[in-house]
Amino acid sequence: MPEWNKPLPSVVGETKPYWDSCRRGDLVIQKCDDCNEYQFYPRGICSNCWSNNIQWVKSTGRGTIWAYTVTYQNRTLGFAQDVPYILALVELDEGVKMFTNIVECETSNVQIGMPVEVTFVQASNQISVPYFRPA
Amino acid sequence: MVDLKRGAAIVGINEHITRYSPDKSELQIQGESVIKALEDAGLTKNDVEGLFTASSSIRNSGLNLADYLDMYPKYVDNTTVGGGSFEFHLSHALTAIAAGRINCAVITYSSLARSGGVSVGTGGVARFGHPRLDPSPDSFEELYGLTTVGLYAMIAQRHMHLYGTTSEQLAEVAVAIRKHACMNPEALFRTPITVEDVVNARVISSPLHLLDCCVITDGGGAVVVASPELARNCKQSPVWVLGVGEALAHQGAGKRNLMEIAAKQSTNPAFAMAGVTHKDIDMAMIYDSFTITVIETLEDLGFCKKGEGGEFVSGGRLEIGGDLPINTDGGGLSSNHPGMRGIFLLLEATRQLRHQFEGTPRQVANCNIALCHGTGGALGSRHSGGTVILGRD
Ligand SMILES: [Zn+2]
Repeated sequence: MPEWNKPLPSVVGETKPYWDSCRRGDLVIQKCDDCNEYQFYPRGICSNCWSNNIQWVKSTGRGTIWAYTVTYQNRTLGFAQDVPYILALVELDEGVKMFTNIVECETSNVQIGMPVEVTFVQASNQISVPYFRPA
Repeated sequence: MVDLKRGAAIVGINEHITRYSPDKSELQIQGESVIKALEDAGLTKNDVEGLFTASSSIRNSGLNLADYLDMYPKYVDNTTVGGGSFEFHLSHALTAIAAGRINCAVITYSSLARSGGVSVGTGGVARFGHPRLDPSPDSFEELYGLTTVGLYAMIAQRHMHLYGTTSEQLAEVAVAIRKHACMNPEALFRTPITVEDVVNARVISSPLHLLDCCVITDGGGAVVVASPELARNCKQSPVWVLGVGEALAHQGAGKRNLMEIAAKQSTNPAFAMAGVTHKDIDMAMIYDSFTITVIETLEDLGFCKKGEGGEFVSGGRLEIGGDLPINTDGGGLSSNHPGMRGIFLLLEATRQLRHQFEGTPRQVANCNIALCHGTGGALGSRHSGGTVILGRD
């Protein structure tokens, strides 16, 4: 496992199933049993109807790039030495968008609308971080 | 609803002209600004009943400011929604005054973003001093090396993708505002620039170049707001609050299309309250954290159609003498941007409506009605939008 010097996510009750699934190599999102809406980022309440009848469902892990930027300057430890890197909003097949980095992709090749799929990088014993790569 | 139009007026202003101030505290800059703004109005400490302030660095900023200046306000508002907080403050001061709770309010702000070495746009998660990621949303966002500029850059990239907007069109915004900065002796950058200068500058976060991004300075200012009765007895002719509107925008649990920004919601209430149309606006102060912010804001305020902002900002339309002069002080792109800039929009609009620059190139001719729109936060994740329409007597 390579040394991880980027910030690590904090895990709490409402987000633990997400990070547990990531560790197993599955990307999960939430769906409300009352209004049938998906939501992301995970939370303990359905943001649409305010029900707490939320289920975790496995995402296809596939989607398209909705927006991106190639970042050339970030002074934060862990990112400063990573530039240029691709920051993106990926729209999953299920219709929700999530922030991510596009990896295994030349910065000159990235495009809006490009199909991508999830891939995980182990950051610690507890945390695997979902990234996306060209599909 | 109670008719709020002309329910309060801006009667005093002060801009702390410092751009670099390593020897003063933020509270001192606020204090000096408040004192001079009250002098400008012809009012005193004892007239102030409401205290409005926001800060990203002073804890409990209203409480600490009241302590520092030994004030006992009976109305306090610490609304902090990013750089546009001060348009919200004016909206709330109007409401408090119209409701009869107070007759006079002070809005103030300061920051040492430059002398403190704050990486406002490119500091990532550490930019506001947070040592670790909150469970949400940080753990799903900052984990990926978000920067403020990156969150605007993504919107710019998509704007280009959807509408064919070009880097040259973004640059037009920076060029027009720099032209205005050249007329402001206090502005940080006063050398003219060209479209080529902007597009040839290094890329910070694609497609935004260095000159698409605001400057980082120290600074501060204050605005005194008064009831109509009090305003009539002040030294300066009143600048009336004609209309206000507020909005928050966010990802909507991953489902909102953030190409539509908060301005889309805040604009109609402000125009309806003011009873004016876009054609009546003589000049505008549009929060210019980045060039894309101006294009998106002008579109969603309704000055042009969605997607046509790139064309709209071209050909000198935004320059003094053009159809819609904006940011006549040089804006955040060239004059100053101490962390949050919303208060400076109110200051320059008031100067223009007072015809303070009469006889100089900086004055917008026949300036009777001005619009300010403050944006706080980041277009690509979550942000606020506060629209204010002001008019002279
Ligand atoms: Zn629901």
